[in-house]
Amino acid sequence: MSIVLVFLLAVALVAGWWLSQQRLTSKPWLETGAGPPASDRPEIPTAKIGLGVFLAVVGGLFALFGSALVMRMGYADWYQVRLPDVVWVNTAILVLSSVLIHIAVGAARRDETAQLQAGVAAAGVSTLAFLGGQLLAWRILIDSGEPLAAHPGASFFYLISGLHGLHILGGLVALARTGARLWRGEESRRVRLGVELCAIYWHFLLIVWFGMLALLMGWASDVVALCRTILT
Amino acid sequence: MIMAWVLVLVVLGSVIFHLVSPWWWTPIASNWGYIDDTLVITFWITGIVFAAIVLFMAYCVYRFRHQSGRTAEYDPENKRLEIWLSVVTSLGVAAMLAPGLIVWKQFVTVPDDATQVEVVGQQWFWSYRLPGEDGRLGSSGVEWISSDNPLGVNPHDRFGADDVIVEGGNLRLPIGKPVKVVLRSVDVLHDFYVPEFRAKMDMVPGMVTYFWFTPTRTGDFEVLCAELCGTGHAFMRSYVQVQEQADYDAWLADQATFASLQQGQPVRVAKQP
Amino acid sequence: MANASDRPDAGIPPAEVPDLALPHPHSWWAKYVFSQDAKYIAIQYACTATAIGLVALVLSWLMRLQLGFPGIFDFITPEAYYQYITMHGMIMVIYLLTALFLGGFGNYLIPLMVGARDMVFPFVNMLSYWVYLLAVLVLVASFFAPGGPTGAGWTLYPPQAILSGTPGGQGAGIILMLVSLILFIIGFTMGGLNYVVTVLQARTRGMTLMRMPLTVWGIFIATVMALLAFPALFVACVMMLFDRLLGTSFFMPALVEMGQQLSYGGGSPIVFQHLFWFFGHPEVYIVALPAFGIVSDLISVHARKNIFGYRMMVWALVIIGALSFIVWAHHMYVSGMHPYFGFFFATTTLIIAVPTAIKVYNWVLTLWRADIHLTLPMLFALAFIVTFVNGGLTGLFLGNVVVDVPLSDTMFVVAHFHMVMGVAPILVIFGAIYHWYPKVTGRMLNVGLGHIHFWVTFVGAYAIFFPMHYVGLVGVPRRYPEIEATFITTPIAGLNAFISVAALTVGAAQILFLFNLFWSLRNGREAGPNPWRACSLEWQTPETPPKHGNWGKELPVVYRWAYDYSVPGAPEDFIAQNDPGPRVERDGPP
Repeated sequence: MSIVLVFLLAVALVAGWWLSQQRLTSKPWLETGAGPPASDRPEIPTAKIGLGVFLAVVGGLFALFGSALVMRMGYADWYQVRLPDVVWVNTAILVLSSVLIHIAVGAARRDETAQLQAGVAAAGVSTLAFLGGQLLAWRILIDSGEPLAAHPGASFFYLISGLHGLHILGGLVALARTGARLWRGEESRRVRLGVELCAIYWHFLLIVWFGMLALLMGWASDVVALCRTILT
Repeated sequence: MIMAWVLVLVVLGSVIFHLVSPWWWTPIASNWGYIDDTLVITFWITGIVFAAIVLFMAYCVYRFRHQSGRTAEYDPENKRLEIWLSVVTSLGVAAMLAPGLIVWKQFVTVPDDATQVEVVGQQWFWSYRLPGEDGRLGSSGVEWISSDNPLGVNPHDRFGADDVIVEGGNLRLPIGKPVKVVLRSVDVLHDFYVPEFRAKMDMVPGMVTYFWFTPTRTGDFEVLCAELCGTGHAFMRSYVQVQEQADYDAWLADQATFASLQQGQPVRVAKQP
Repeated sequence: MANASDRPDAGIPPAEVPDLALPHPHSWWAKYVFSQDAKYIAIQYACTATAIGLVALVLSWLMRLQLGFPGIFDFITPEAYYQYITMHGMIMVIYLLTALFLGGFGNYLIPLMVGARDMVFPFVNMLSYWVYLLAVLVLVASFFAPGGPTGAGWTLYPPQAILSGTPGGQGAGIILMLVSLILFIIGFTMGGLNYVVTVLQARTRGMTLMRMPLTVWGIFIATVMALLAFPALFVACVMMLFDRLLGTSFFMPALVEMGQQLSYGGGSPIVFQHLFWFFGHPEVYIVALPAFGIVSDLISVHARKNIFGYRMMVWALVIIGALSFIVWAHHMYVSGMHPYFGFFFATTTLIIAVPTAIKVYNWVLTLWRADIHLTLPMLFALAFIVTFVNGGLTGLFLGNVVVDVPLSDTMFVVAHFHMVMGVAPILVIFGAIYHWYPKVTGRMLNVGLGHIHFWVTFVGAYAIFFPMHYVGLVGVPRRYPEIEATFITTPIAGLNAFISVAALTVGAAQILFLFNLFWSLRNGREAGPNPWRACSLEWQTPETPPKHGNWGKELPVVYRWAYDYSVPGAPEDFIAQNDPGPRVERDGPP
């Protein structure tokens, strides 16, 4: 459970930092008055906070899969799955889609509608290409004699890449809705927020994918071994 | 008003029930009297805390119940009182934890002279294996299991040949000798539980678990399963018979070894997983 | 946030939020079925949870009939008994308590108590309920599946949960159970995002964190915990579903079942247990923390006194929430995990007792020199303290690793967790319903019926679970439909029968309570906006019951904390949170 504990520690640090800003040591019974009205300084939009909390949950979910994987690795029948080469192409495409959506955010901030449309469309297409590539990777893996139940390394690959893909799919729905708004020509503030939220989500899922790949490929095993000696 | 009296009655009733109830743990038959002692310490500390808190509440309910003209005192906090209470609580917790951890240290430290006994659980009966003359249990695995090798003893392991197999019968143990109980399951989780011994541990398929104890009185002690293992869970019974050394030796000499059970059987090679 | 955090009131939205931002219903369906009003969703959650909870109540009667009078009821076979315990446990813990505290009370109280118009994402909030309902329906469907529901125990430990020796293991029972849990978690996550972000973002002007009622604090912390803990159950369920349906070996070792070598190999049941309890232990506090919060408010309002040590109460909630993530393996002392874990987890478990004890002290110290009105909410709150202290203290037996060894998997455990997370939170739920029913419906519940309900429930529940500890001390294992064994030197049949009679009586009293809920809807006394003369914001709404949007044209502005009861020099014994009032000089250091 070391990975999820490390993840929770990070969440706890963020929460602790936030709580430390909230004057938890004040004595509320000594204070009356409403305080000044909210200023006109820009705040973080509610949707962004909501996405942040949601990503903490998703992060926890994948950290738990990571923990389960690491625990399962400790048993005798574990061997690493041989990932087909197309996975590396997919990873490159996922990086590309993250870059594209980042460009789209820049365009949205500068109010360059044409570039924004191009960025959103390209990001959507490249992400679809990633999903297609992942399905192809499954196909190749099955054909090479490593189906889901072949060995735990393969099982974890299908499970984690599948769940990651589902999350990407959910992101694509959100991106499509933002895209529809964009093409209908709705007010740019809302569209910009939508693109920004998608960008955060894309970068996050990219990081998750790197983390999961590191675990599946055993790159993380040195780090894990270190964590294990510390935590057990 | 009634509530105050009911709170007092709850405390009195609980204490009286505790003192006069005939239901108490079954007489111990192992060396784990320390566990019972720790439990009794915990009973005393928690009992006093329970009575104190509920009686204090009863007093407050009686004394500060609403009457016309009563106003509550304005009292946001009292740092000294809270710190003081935290310290006392921490001391109480430490007084329970410290003996607990000391006894746990003994519980997990198996003495060097303990003899091994293997218990195997399956749906829904117990089997036992004793190490035989060489004092070592042969290795085992579910891949070796067959109708004439129900416990899955490795037929290629020389330590296994003289192991004594007791399938579906009772386990006998000599009195006063520490025993390391090695636990194995071939299907689902079970838990080897003899109330008189106090100790228990789950048996997990694919794993070997253990605990140790020393039987301290002779007699027949019923074995139960304490981890839900399917519909027959409640009926998975057997006995541990603790005997004097001479009786035990006489019984042991009569038992069949793994090798004698396998005689006439061709040596089979299990399929590799 | 960083650039705005130099002012204490940063992040509070302006008082004038345009009313148009709310999704007002335009049809009957949108108003009464697919409502996006958090208050309406709360009632939907509460009714669904109560309905499925009644099923679990009936199951508990059947179990007690079997335990109290073994051999009389032929239809209760061991298979049926295991199905009853499994469904009873799962329903009560997840589909009733979690859903009612967070989905029910959370939805109703958070927006009202922090001065918001609604939850921040009303559509997602509505979706949350419908996914929850779907989860409940899938669960109910498993009762009608061939082979019946799963009988694996609520812990669903593999391998037995998915093998043929367990009811529902090779049928649809376990599959429906896992699917239902997965749905529940998805639905809960949607709701949970709302509860957390509403507290973070939608507090009205002046509502600093340290002015929030402890109810909101309790639900807030519990929701944060649930959002982080439920994924562990999700992972465990998905992986077990794969093992059951697709032949993977995540949790399944090589095993021989009934003489048959199965195709599984290499997996570990212990991994499942770690994942399950990584969810399962925080789950205890997910149920307990809202109860802690609510009971603090009940005691304070009905004792006409501020909650003693408010700051300490908040810190204790935060500390308990954080610590509860590093104690999970105390459920696994005898699971076969590495024995040295025992030292660590026993220590963390007993440390958690300290902040919990502080909460108890502060509740009883609030009663000191108070003006205690023994109303029904107060009675339930007092009863909660008794049962919670009792159950909490027996937790010190089970948390202390070596004492747990003889007691684990016995009826002592059953008695302990029912007292601490069954009876205690449910008493709070009752108290809370008597307390907030006037706000929800505009009418008071009948007091006479309420008293009968209270006395039978409190005394009866204590009579069920206090003696049950002694059944466990004798050594009777849990999950035994009947017990005959040589270690029982004093017969326990009479005690078991007594417990069963008490259980049936307490169950019957709940029918009376339900009747009261329906009867008072039409015939209850008119309550008025603030029958308990309470300070917190939900009692200050312009209409009772509050309308969609809660606050009329303008959001309330908060001038003080939620506990200004019996302030010296004030004209009344409470000052509402949104009352600017004359500044009253307080005693004590500035």
